[in-house]
Amino acid sequence: MTSQVSSPAEHADEADGAGEALVGGPRRPAGDKEVRRLDRVIIRFAGDSGDGMQLTGDRFTSETATFGNDLSTLPNFPAEIRAPAGTLPGVSSFQLHFADHDILTPGDAPNVLVAMNPAALKANIGDVPPGGEIIVNTDEFAKRAMAKVGYETSPLEDGSLEGYRVHPVPLTTLTIEALKDFGLPRKEAERSKNMFALGLLSWMYHRPTEGTERFLRQKFAKKPQIAEANVAAFRAGWNFGETTEDFAVSYEVAPATAAFPTGTYRNISGNLALSYGLIAASRQADLPLYLGSYPITPASDILHELSKHKNFGVRTFQAEDEIAGIGAALGAAFGGSLAVTTTSGPGVALKSETIGLAVSLELPLLVVDIQRGGPSTGLPTKTEQADLLQAMYGRNGEAPVPIVAPKTPADCFDAALEAARIALTYRTPVFLLSDGYLANGSEPWRIPDVDSLPDLRTQFATGPNHALADGTEVFWPFKRDPQTLARPWAVPGTPGLEHRIGGIEKQDGTGNISYDPANHDLMVRTRQAKVDGIEVPDLDVDDPDGARTLVLGWGSTYGPITAAVRRLRREGTPVAQAHLRHINPFPANLGEVLTGYDKIVVPEMNLGQLATLIRAKYLVDAHSYNQVNGMPFKAEQLAAALKEAIDD
Amino acid sequence: MTESLLSLVPKAEAKQSMKDFKSDQEVRWCPGCGDYAVLAAVQGFMPELGLAKENIVFVSGIGCSSRFPYYMNTYGMHSIHGRAPAIATGLASSRRDLSVWVVTGDGDALSIGGNHLIHALRRNVNLKILLFNNRIYGLTKGQYSPTSEVGKITKSTPMGSLDAPFNPVSLALGAEASFVARTVDSDRKHLTEVLRQAADHPGTALVEIYQNCNIFNDGAFEVLKDKEQAQEAVIRLEHGQPIRFGADGGKGVVRDPATGDLQVVPVTPANEASVLVHDARSASPTTAFALSRLADPDTLHHTPIGVFRSVVRPVYDTLMADQLDTAVEQNGKGDLAALLTGNDTWTVVG
Repeated sequence: MTSQVSSPAEHADEADGAGEALVGGPRRPAGDKEVRRLDRVIIRFAGDSGDGMQLTGDRFTSETATFGNDLSTLPNFPAEIRAPAGTLPGVSSFQLHFADHDILTPGDAPNVLVAMNPAALKANIGDVPPGGEIIVNTDEFAKRAMAKVGYETSPLEDGSLEGYRVHPVPLTTLTIEALKDFGLPRKEAERSKNMFALGLLSWMYHRPTEGTERFLRQKFAKKPQIAEANVAAFRAGWNFGETTEDFAVSYEVAPATAAFPTGTYRNISGNLALSYGLIAASRQADLPLYLGSYPITPASDILHELSKHKNFGVRTFQAEDEIAGIGAALGAAFGGSLAVTTTSGPGVALKSETIGLAVSLELPLLVVDIQRGGPSTGLPTKTEQADLLQAMYGRNGEAPVPIVAPKTPADCFDAALEAARIALTYRTPVFLLSDGYLANGSEPWRIPDVDSLPDLRTQFATGPNHALADGTEVFWPFKRDPQTLARPWAVPGTPGLEHRIGGIEKQDGTGNISYDPANHDLMVRTRQAKVDGIEVPDLDVDDPDGARTLVLGWGSTYGPITAAVRRLRREGTPVAQAHLRHINPFPANLGEVLTGYDKIVVPEMNLGQLATLIRAKYLVDAHSYNQVNGMPFKAEQLAAALKEAIDD
Repeated sequence: MTESLLSLVPKAEAKQSMKDFKSDQEVRWCPGCGDYAVLAAVQGFMPELGLAKENIVFVSGIGCSSRFPYYMNTYGMHSIHGRAPAIATGLASSRRDLSVWVVTGDGDALSIGGNHLIHALRRNVNLKILLFNNRIYGLTKGQYSPTSEVGKITKSTPMGSLDAPFNPVSLALGAEASFVARTVDSDRKHLTEVLRQAADHPGTALVEIYQNCNIFNDGAFEVLKDKEQAQEAVIRLEHGQPIRFGADGGKGVVRDPATGDLQVVPVTPANEASVLVHDARSASPTTAFALSRLADPDTLHHTPIGVFRSVVRPVYDTLMADQLDTAVEQNGKGDLAALLTGNDTWTVVG
């Protein structure tokens, strides 16, 4: 057997529900080479920042999605756009996990590493378990390139790769050879080597190829020669696999028919799903969408995406800074738009004062934070969950803001709709806390029926809402809905409701400036009560075995935690799992859930921020398990840690 | 000629008076503050525009002048320090049926909010920005401001301030402003005329209003207000008119042929023809900038007031709205189901 046969640990517990996939059929290799069947594979493409590894990974992902496997991806790239070529900091990689069953993570360790140069090999070899397959571009293993990353002797020859199954392939030479009839300069021809590699991998795993060829012709529509050169390199890679002796076996990974309920699917990344969720929320609320934003990694893709959809009435404003981004959004909210600002942690820090103003004005506003490694500039392209307390408390005064956190890339769509519901219903800024892993990772998404999306329509104030003692009908901008405690949203242009609002404390009801001590106390408590009273669904607990330990997570750790929990249960260790989507307010039943277990373990990609909140609010001895290395948890490692905590 | 965007704002149904624009809130500036005069001028001018008052919005930042919106019976927002232009940009660019005014001060607009001001100006968002310049921090009780003269003795600068001031008109011109004017709080007629032109201007209009703080910087503009001194100190700019001032227009502004710069000279029959004729609509801001540099920052002698520059160039909100229309023309009105589906899908059947 090969290393590519997976452990069953990540199999879905519910493996029935027989479905049949109608998918882009596999392209089967010709010839009589051996074909082996696998249930899952983890491939990592690694190369220089300029080698096009993200594109290669994206294409392989699209082929895989169309084919009908379940999948999960992990792009990993440096913050530098083009770090010095051939160096370790310049290595960019893309990991893809695909399977014939339901999977939850991009996988702990790659079964196959494609290393485009010595730096890529050196940076990634440590993650490949013994027996793993390594495809290396031997053309790049010149003495100087190896010396640059500290290889004194060639790892391809000195025995250091013993125990791995190494395929030395002169990818660059073969690509240039394949393109010799195109008359391209050598440098230009070389650039297609990633497509050669993609072709080879597509052969190895029987991926459909039409999509990639179509994609290349579209991408290079204005440069037909380049388009054809890339297609030729892609085909040459496929043919190389088919003919060369070195690749004796190819692999089948069947579609994950049982993993998917009936429906139409596509592959989607977190930032794309979040963008679509915002557009959908705008349609469901029947309000124009207004995005005020300043470019920042890893949130900029939302600005890019929304700016493409002006035909939905979407206004995108690239501001002069983070503060102006949220300022413009707040101005648009005052005018009756569904207003959004998108950013990452450093941007949230700059926006804090305006978020406080939005709390005081009680206007709907979505603050989307795609968290990255911090503090300060931190690790712009890596993931982290360390903005939770900033979102919760990072403002002057008592300034409660609801927090919603998506758990998977596709879930960013629903989370955006949910954040919009809260903002519009309760007239409040709302934090939507995604992160770099969700933003750039992708997974299959069952495309929702637009008629089934929630109704988010809200009422603007249209007339007086209060009678004075003398019977005069007046408009009071801070007279609240008794149920939700939301204040009326009276937009400019509404006759008779002219009013002034501001960041100075307001008198309850009239909204006039008030420095009255008792009124301030009332207003502070009322704003808190409004957020505390937001209706959110109860927390679901998954506990089939009556466990004594509960694993509680939030946000993007859902995949790894669930994978780890499945492993533990397969080994016979009972463990309960719950995942928070709403962090402010917490679900009403959370306290009860927590007291039902002897032990609470909270894995987070920070130093215990949710655990701090839980301990403070419910006085339970929540144990933190933390990792702050810029990467998502690995399921195996997490399972071991949970096991230790359970047995402790 | 200018093409006013006021036509996008609904008109008032009935004739309005100054009273219609006074809110029920007690005005709480210090007695004698120049802000009272500006408030009265604005309230007095608004009926002339004849706009539905529910479609008028005043947005302010922080500072004495920023209390202004509370006293206007329109929609209003008293926001946070320096951010009013950003907030107003979001409002104006999403609601072209509104007449949006920003009220700010020298600290609010030029210190903490300098970035937002210059970017609003370069974008040419349809905003009318009233910058109350009293050359001091009033609300925090008397520190020097970014327009205070060098060497200013204040609570925070007992040995004199060290930093060179901004000239707001020069700054605005450098930031690509399409409309820049200066006026004085106490000159109701001049102030109203400048407001009139600003209101009609498509795009960002910056109006610097010299305003007296009688508590912390009293008399800062006295030389421009005292009838006798003003004759020699104030240069009134009027589009299409020769730039002359002083007793009987005895002084004029001419271009120095050697340097191209402007200078003040006594007007004689020999040089009368070379006196500069003010052209606020000149495509180039060069001469307007030179005019903004005439005043002595310490004595304020030779201070031009009036409209320095008023040119038409594309307005951000209009361009933004046009792009939305174009997108619909090119791609049809957005279809959510089609968007969510995209191009690469597969179907799982039960």
